[in-house]
Amino acid sequence: MNTLKKAVGVLSMLFGIGAGYYLLIIQALPLWISGGNDLVLAIIYTFVLAPIIVLGMVIFGKYAFQGEFDEE
Amino acid sequence: MPEKKQSLAYIIGASSVGTLIEWYDFYIFGSLATVLASKFFPGDNPTAGFLNTLATFAAGFVVRPFGALFFGRLGDIIGRKYTFMVTLMLMGGATFAIGLIPSYESIGYLAPILVLLLRLLQGLALGGEYGGAATYVAEHSPPNQRGYWTSWIQTTATVGLFISLGVIMLTRASMSKEAFDDFGWRIPFLLSILMVIVSFFIRRNMSESPLFAKAKAEGKTSKNPLKESFGNKYNFKFVLLALFGATMGQGVVWYTGQFYAQTFLLKVCNIDDIQANTIMMWGLLLATPLFIVFGALSDKIGRKAIILSGLLLAVIAYRPIFDKIYQTVNVKNKTLVAGSEKVTITRNLVPKSTTDSLITTTTIRKYSDGTEWKEIKKTSTSLQKAVVSSKTDKKVTLTINQTDKIVLIALVFCLVLFVTMAYGPIAAFLVEMFPTKIRYTSMSLPYHVGNGIFGGLMPAIATFLVTQANEANNNAEKMGQLVPYDKPYLQGLYYPIIIASICLVIGFVFIKDRKPND
Repeated sequence: MNTLKKAVGVLSMLFGIGAGYYLLIIQALPLWISGGNDLVLAIIYTFVLAPIIVLGMVIFGKYAFQGEFDEE
Repeated sequence: MPEKKQSLAYIIGASSVGTLIEWYDFYIFGSLATVLASKFFPGDNPTAGFLNTLATFAAGFVVRPFGALFFGRLGDIIGRKYTFMVTLMLMGGATFAIGLIPSYESIGYLAPILVLLLRLLQGLALGGEYGGAATYVAEHSPPNQRGYWTSWIQTTATVGLFISLGVIMLTRASMSKEAFDDFGWRIPFLLSILMVIVSFFIRRNMSESPLFAKAKAEGKTSKNPLKESFGNKYNFKFVLLALFGATMGQGVVWYTGQFYAQTFLLKVCNIDDIQANTIMMWGLLLATPLFIVFGALSDKIGRKAIILSGLLLAVIAYRPIFDKIYQTVNVKNKTLVAGSEKVTITRNLVPKSTTDSLITTTTIRKYSDGTEWKEIKKTSTSLQKAVVSSKTDKKVTLTINQTDKIVLIALVFCLVLFVTMAYGPIAAFLVEMFPTKIRYTSMSLPYHVGNGIFGGLMPAIATFLVTQANEANNNAEKMGQLVPYDKPYLQGLYYPIIIASICLVIGFVFIKDRKPND
């Protein structure tokens, strides 16, 4: 189980980075360029969702990989 | 023993009434999104107005974690009871004030700015309320019945939404459509103040949580709950686990079942307002007792199995359920009654204009199963400085038959069933993760990030993804290419499905059910 936790930790970190790329580059960037009403979602993607997902998943993944959640 | 039970029932009742009112206050805004868009948000495009309102709705959600931090800290320092009295008054005052704001036509941009500010206050208040009420009830409950007793608090969010829909429907039914659009929509907001006053007097007589009072008497409360919750690695890792292994998935399941379902009925299926609200109300009413059932069951078999089963069912069933909703009312699957189409055209001057004309074309079609399809197309032609410009707005409304209505109620019931599984035991689950001295702060943040941000943004993001898919299909059709999305109306579901799937994996691998006495 502890090995599985470490593997999920690595996947979480990768997911966090991938989600950040998707939210910022694929979704938010075109919205920033188009402007208007779309800016609301661009702001939410850039300043709310992306930081929480990227930072949260990377820190969580790092803890899991370091064995912080391991059972004795 | 019976005396103790009675007093516990009173405590749960008094706590729940206040939380219920806060949810009512919070949801009337979302339930009246379409009307509010026309009153407060400038713009000729109703979809833009609607998205704007949803964005304001999102502002009410995004700010919730800040309320959780601010009031959570207060609750861990000065006590649960006083803190959630403050949040109750803040929420009631903000809701009442929204009902008093003049429209955009009267005071211009000040109107949407005031709405936004009051919405932020509502979000702050709600961020502080829920954690306090859940902690308060859990700290009064016997450890082996925590799931059962806290599940009453869990019903308040659904009942609050239910009451908000009911009050809106009653108000709509008691007056003409014009009167409701003119001033009637303000009534549900103004009514809030009466409910808050009643709840204030009920809560005033409650005593402080026994565990917190004991900790305070022994000098064991935290001096700096924020630092102890998030600056301490041992505790912070559980905050992250609570978020990514439980509340994130639970949040999107909650908002998909109870809020996006309504948006889907109204905006994607174009079902008549009253019918859509009735369907939601029945679905909610039938499923709500299951919060208690799953809360109590979690005391017997553990919280993890129930919460994760709810997420798993949602991931598997969302696309088939929403597709079934769409296909049930899709007129392409129905037989048009021959000769039933009626087209009425009226020509008028645009209100407050002497030159601009407005042509309203109303088309009504009847189908063999009793469904009625109505399209109102308004084309306004403007003549300014010898330049003629025209603009067309189209609104489709579907009035469905009784059988379809029952099918939709059953489908909404299934969506809410997943909500009850994921949400029923979550308060007990969160409370048991953290120690008394920092419990209010530590559990409030993951709850409100999961529900407020991941869940609360769900309708706005899903609506955006559906719009994006429809636009891509329209562009492809214009260029004579194959459409990229087979079922564009289901595109919005990718968001909750992906989030719930990740949460499911993390929850399954990392969460360990605790024994009630831990």
